[in-house]
Formats: sequence, C-alpha cells, structure tokens
Amino acid sequence: MKLVACVLLLSGFFLVLAALVLLTSFEQRSAFVGAGFAVEVLGLSLLTQSYRTIRKEHR
Amino acid sequence: MNLELSLFSMMLIPFAAAGLALIHQGLGRSRSAAHAMLASLCALAVSAIVFVLIGSAWAGSAGAATHSFTLGGVHWDWLGAAPFFARGISFDGSDAAGLGRSLVLCLELLAVGLVAIIPLSAGTDRWRLGPICLSSALLGGVIFPIFAHWVWGAGWLAQLAGNFGISNFTDVGGAGTIQVVGGLVALSVAWIAGPRRGKYSDDGIPAAIPGHNIVQVLFGCLLALVGWIGLDAAASILFYGAGPQQVVGVVINALLSASAGCIAAVVVTRARYHKPDASLSANGWIAGLVAGSASCAMVSPESAIAIGVIAGVLSTYLIEIFELHLRVDDPGGAVSVHALAGIWGLLALGLFGHFPEGTRGAHILAQVVGISALLGFMLPLIHGGNLLLNRWSTYRVDDDGHWHGMDVRELGAGAYPEFVIHADEFVPR
Repeated sequence: MKLVACVLLLSGFFLVLAALVLLTSFEQRSAFVGAGFAVEVLGLSLLTQSYRTIRKEHR
Repeated sequence: MNLELSLFSMMLIPFAAAGLALIHQGLGRSRSAAHAMLASLCALAVSAIVFVLIGSAWAGSAGAATHSFTLGGVHWDWLGAAPFFARGISFDGSDAAGLGRSLVLCLELLAVGLVAIIPLSAGTDRWRLGPICLSSALLGGVIFPIFAHWVWGAGWLAQLAGNFGISNFTDVGGAGTIQVVGGLVALSVAWIAGPRRGKYSDDGIPAAIPGHNIVQVLFGCLLALVGWIGLDAAASILFYGAGPQQVVGVVINALLSASAGCIAAVVVTRARYHKPDASLSANGWIAGLVAGSASCAMVSPESAIAIGVIAGVLSTYLIEIFELHLRVDDPGGAVSVHALAGIWGLLALGLFGHFPEGTRGAHILAQVVGISALLGFMLPLIHGGNLLLNRWSTYRVDDDGHWHGMDVRELGAGAYPEFVIHADEFVPR
C-alpha cells in the first residue's frame, strides 16, 4: 500500500510535467496540472491511511 | 545589492533556530527537555557541516555550473554542479561573482539548520539522537540542496517562464524551500517513529499530553519573529533583488502575518473551548510567519494580514485533524504549521501577489507546479530516505526510553533533576 501510494505521488508529479511539456494552451495545461495534483492528493491520502493503524507496541 | 543590509539580515536568522528549539522542547515532556535542546544543536551542526561539504555543490547558485539535460525541446536544469567542499567560492574578495555566491552559501547554510530543526518537533519524546543526526545529514546533503537549487539556484522551477511561458515559481522567504521541506520530513518521521506510548488507547482515542513549559514556547515565538524577519529580508535581497524600501515592507508583512495568525488562533480556540489555548495560539503565530514568508516582498500589508488569518485558523483545525483522525502524533504541530501553512503561503502568493494585469492565472499555475513538485517528488524522496535510515538505525527509542524519558535514556541525566517530579499517567504500567 505504501509503495502504491509513493508511485501515485510520483505519477501525479510526472503528469504535471507532461502537461507543461506537451500542452500549449493555458486552459489545457491548467486542467492537466490540476489532474496531476489530484493524483498526488490521492497518493498522499493512501499513504496517510497506511500509517493510520496504530501498532500494538506503540499503544 | 545592499551588502550591509543582507549581512545584517542574515545574522538575525539564528534567532529563528533558537525560537523553534525552545518551542519544540517546551511542547514536549520535561523528561525529554535536555534531549530536545541537544538534538536541535546536533541537527543544526550536522546539517550545516554536510551542506558545506556536499550539499552546497548541488544547491549551486544562479550563473554557476549545473547538471542539465534537454527533453521535449526544453532545457531542464535539475541539479547544481559546483565543486564539493565549497571550493568554487572565494572568500578573499578577489572577484565580484564570488561575493554573491558566498552570500548565497551563507544564507542557505543558515536555512538548512532551520530545516533540520523543524522535524524534531514531530519526533519529540521518542526520536533517538543518532538517527536524528543521520536524518539531518541526509537533509543537508541531498534533500534541501535539490529543492533549493530548483527555486533559489536558477533551477527548472525558476525557469518556468522562459521554458513554458507561464511564470516562474516564486518562494521569496523559503515557505516551500525551508518550511514545507522541513514539514514533510516531520511527517515522514512521525509516521516512521509512530505515536508516543500512551498517546492512543486501544480504540484509537488520543490522550492529551500537554507541553511542560508553555512560557518557553511563547518566548520562542518572539525569538522566531526576529529570525524570520532576517530570513525573509535576506532572501528577498539575495534572490529577488529587493531594495531597502522593499525590505521595510518585508519586515512589516512578517510581523502582520504572524500577528494575524496568532490572533486568529486565539479567537478560534476561545470560540471552541471557551478559553484561548496558549500552545495552539503559538502555533498560529508560527503558521502566520510560515505562510507569510512566501510572499513577504510581494503583497500589501492587508494581504499579509489575510494570509496570516487563514494560516492561523487552518493550523488550529489541522492540528486536531492530524491528531484525532489521521493518528499522527506530532507534539509540536510541525506538519500543520510548517508543511501545510507553507503550502497555503505558496498558493497565497499567486492569489494575493502584485502582478501585471492578466498574469495572475499564470502565477497561480506556477505555484501549483511548485507545490506538486514538493508533494510528488520531494515527499517520496524524503520518506524513502528516512525508511532506509530507519532500517540501518532504528528511529524509535525502546520501551525503557519511553518510561524513563529521553534525557535519562540517551543523556544519562534529566534536564531538571531537582525540581520536577515525573508524572507517569501517560505511560501504561
């Protein structure tokens, strides 16, 4: 789960970079940068969820 | 460039480190107070030494050698390529370019110490001294230099305008470069070290573990203000060419955003709990400073107040969300106050900054690209590095350490041996 979350974070970042390189109009770029950012938020949520369980030795 | 003003401003920055160290140890337990202060010194020392030896080469500065490649017809400047051990910088006054580079080195050296101190807050009462030094070395040698180069060393984030026709990512006082990077390390450490023993019950209900010295926390806030003013002023002179008149605006904005953050937190906690909460109000003060630093030289005083108010309100709610719902035990609130308030500050620059008409959208887009680089690239790098270090040297202290406190466990003596009777109500017997 943690690995998937980190892959999602990186994927979102590369989506943002791809939007900058491949697209030219401001509206398209904004939409794809927003989509990349949303993927990052998804990865961050997954990473947070994976650490939410409190291990017995930490109680 | 005003040499005297930039040097004087830089000399104020250590006050920010002193303030943060006092805040962290005051918000921890008394049995870990000496450990917290020593950890601050060690983190600052290790990160500074490693930064000069290795990190400064990769951080680089505008006009210095860089590692770069061309992809998609775009020149990507991703890492500095200056000589190691700061050998490319002369301190004898023989060349004019050397003066600028030595000033950048000095500012980044002071900044990396701040970055290294921020995560200590999230690891209070359980993060061991050895791993703290290792993590600080990673921070000073690799993590901070990469993002500092991207933003302050004329890296790809500082070239978005030339390469993509939007606007350059802007971070005047280091809200992203210093605060968000430090806050993300704090999040990684809080995840890896886990919560303090006794913090959460079997059904996940958190116990309140109050800080042991709120007076030092509040005094730390005042010290931090002095340091932040120096940091914002020095960075705006060195990286954005601010003159003396703009520096006056920087000082005013820093004080206003901190004040607004603190007052907002006082009002919110008064409304929610019927009495103002001193530690959350202190966090609101720091959140205001953090959020205001991104745009300190580029917004009006009323915008600085608005940025501070939103940061102060956000920090009080986010600290609760992290503790109650996400189960992140962050005694000093570093994740909320540094990482999230810093992200708000970066975005606020796009929303409130003074820009030519019709370019605001491009500035907001550039700021979002910078924030996505922090979350999408820097966070996995930081967390991966800390997970590897944790395998080599375990971050979390053993159960004896929780029981006796970090002072006795790691230093052999308590901070207040004659005056404090330890209360053990937070540690299950």
